[in-house]
Amino acid sequence: MMTDAAGLPNTPSFLARAWGNAMAGHTLPVLVVLAGLLVVWHLAAIWLNAPWQIDQFARAGRDWNLWDLALATWSQERPLLPAPHQILVELKASVLDTAITSRRSLVYHAWVTLSSTLLGFGMGAALGILLAVGIVHLKTLEKSLMPWIISSQTIPVLAIAPMIIVVLGAIGLTGLVPKAIISTYLCFFPVAIGMVKGLRSPDLLQRDLMWTYAADHWQTFWKLRWPSAMPFLFASLKVAIAISLVGAIVGEMPTGARAGLGARLLAGSYYGQTIQIWSALFMAAGLAAGLVVLVGAIERIVLKRMGGGA
Amino acid sequence: MTALTDPSKAPAAATQPRRVVEIAGLTVTFQASDSPVYALSNVDLAVERGEFVSFIGPSGCGKTTLLRICADLERPSAGKVLVDGMTPEQARLNRAYGYVFQAPALYPWRSVEKNITLPLEIMGIPAREQAARVKRYLDMVNLGGFEKKYPWQLSGGMQQRASIARALSFEPDLLFMDEPFGALDEIVRDHLNEQLLRLWAETRKTVLFVTHSIPEAVFLSTRIVVMSPRPGRIIDVIDSDLPRERSLEIRETPEFLRIAHRVREGLRAGHSYDD
Repeated sequence: MMTDAAGLPNTPSFLARAWGNAMAGHTLPVLVVLAGLLVVWHLAAIWLNAPWQIDQFARAGRDWNLWDLALATWSQERPLLPAPHQILVELKASVLDTAITSRRSLVYHAWVTLSSTLLGFGMGAALGILLAVGIVHLKTLEKSLMPWIISSQTIPVLAIAPMIIVVLGAIGLTGLVPKAIISTYLCFFPVAIGMVKGLRSPDLLQRDLMWTYAADHWQTFWKLRWPSAMPFLFASLKVAIAISLVGAIVGEMPTGARAGLGARLLAGSYYGQTIQIWSALFMAAGLAAGLVVLVGAIERIVLKRMGGGA
Repeated sequence: MTALTDPSKAPAAATQPRRVVEIAGLTVTFQASDSPVYALSNVDLAVERGEFVSFIGPSGCGKTTLLRICADLERPSAGKVLVDGMTPEQARLNRAYGYVFQAPALYPWRSVEKNITLPLEIMGIPAREQAARVKRYLDMVNLGGFEKKYPWQLSGGMQQRASIARALSFEPDLLFMDEPFGALDEIVRDHLNEQLLRLWAETRKTVLFVTHSIPEAVFLSTRIVVMSPRPGRIIDVIDSDLPRERSLEIRETPEFLRIAHRVREGLRAGHSYDD
């Protein structure tokens, strides 16, 4: 990467250093991919939105050239595929220019989804860990539970979500909890599988040592198995929190929920508000990325305090 | 365990039996695909308090198995084993011995200090006493000042010294050491041998030490048990007449070389190099 900088004048200018930094990290490759995506996106917007636009031009009896068409397809009110800048404008309007208590605020909807994501994640992680602890310590639990745990994930969440909502609604549970339970259903699985592996990761020597100390099960668990499982736990939690968000959004869809990113997606599709759909989608993606980064940050802190560095 | 004699007939640990380890007719077989393999066959041995006994022999002679049976890490097929007058299981539950493994087996998420306190935490020793023990035994293995380091920050020799400090920290009278220096280079090993000898002299512990280095066995031991494989058995027991206080220079003396020669002869006699 220094060879690139060396090709520039001897006194490294700001630009040269910026170039060097960009080449050294992930910045440049990410930007290149982003630029490529934007080009494809704009072309796709023209392609998808053109038929309706050409029809409109014809009705208005207007002459048009290719450039007119491109500009028009990137600024329709209800395009099949909105252009990126339209989504950004909508995001700005619904995030920054709207009070967050308003039902029009995307922050409000994101918060509704986030709260059930976090509740579901908490319950799912706890359930996954409990199952793993049981499975590692009791052979019968492994034999009886493991097939059910695995087959639970073969049922599509889209099939089971409405049933959960309806059943829980019948016993008077509505709102946050049913959505959180759908998240729990999705995210206990990677945690359980990861923790079974993690709790079993101590090698024979480490276990023999505990044996020679005549340590009891709890001591072996807390002083050996649990700390050994930490890297596995965090790897699982990163997967779990992302699918927990998916669960919360899916949980908002079949119920006619009024709030949440899922409700926003659904409402957008009812009324052909594609820009609204896409901005909700961007919000969900940003939220997922933020949550995964947050778990990653906690992971780094925890592993560092556990003497990480090797 | 059914093959063992009734533990109630064994002398109580409180009477401090002179014999720390007693082995009679010990046999260990593993079931291989066609026929049973004798890891140990009819082994008899008694180790007195304060002895440093080395077990030497080629791989497969059962020296590690012998140590693991004394530590209740494996079960015998037949025969009688008493550790501190108890069955190995009772000895383990009484924390009668410290075990130093071939690898340091330090827990990577614990600092050196926390690795030393691991057995102390498990055995419920008060925090104030734990701190004192950490200091005493890290100083004893020359690791003072490394309390806060993590295992990956130490060299292999330092890690093994930390693992010895860990075995000493709960102050067992008996130490089982299974090739503790086997993975280290010659120079580090010499140095650690000297330290171990000094430590043994200071603490008056009984040590059972597995090795496959003749100089190491002769340098450290008051008694050397030469073993041979297929089936694993004792073929010679050599009492060393070297003085208890030894320096590395003793390895050049005729007495040392005579003992080393006898060990080598024993190993040669018990081992066919054709198979």
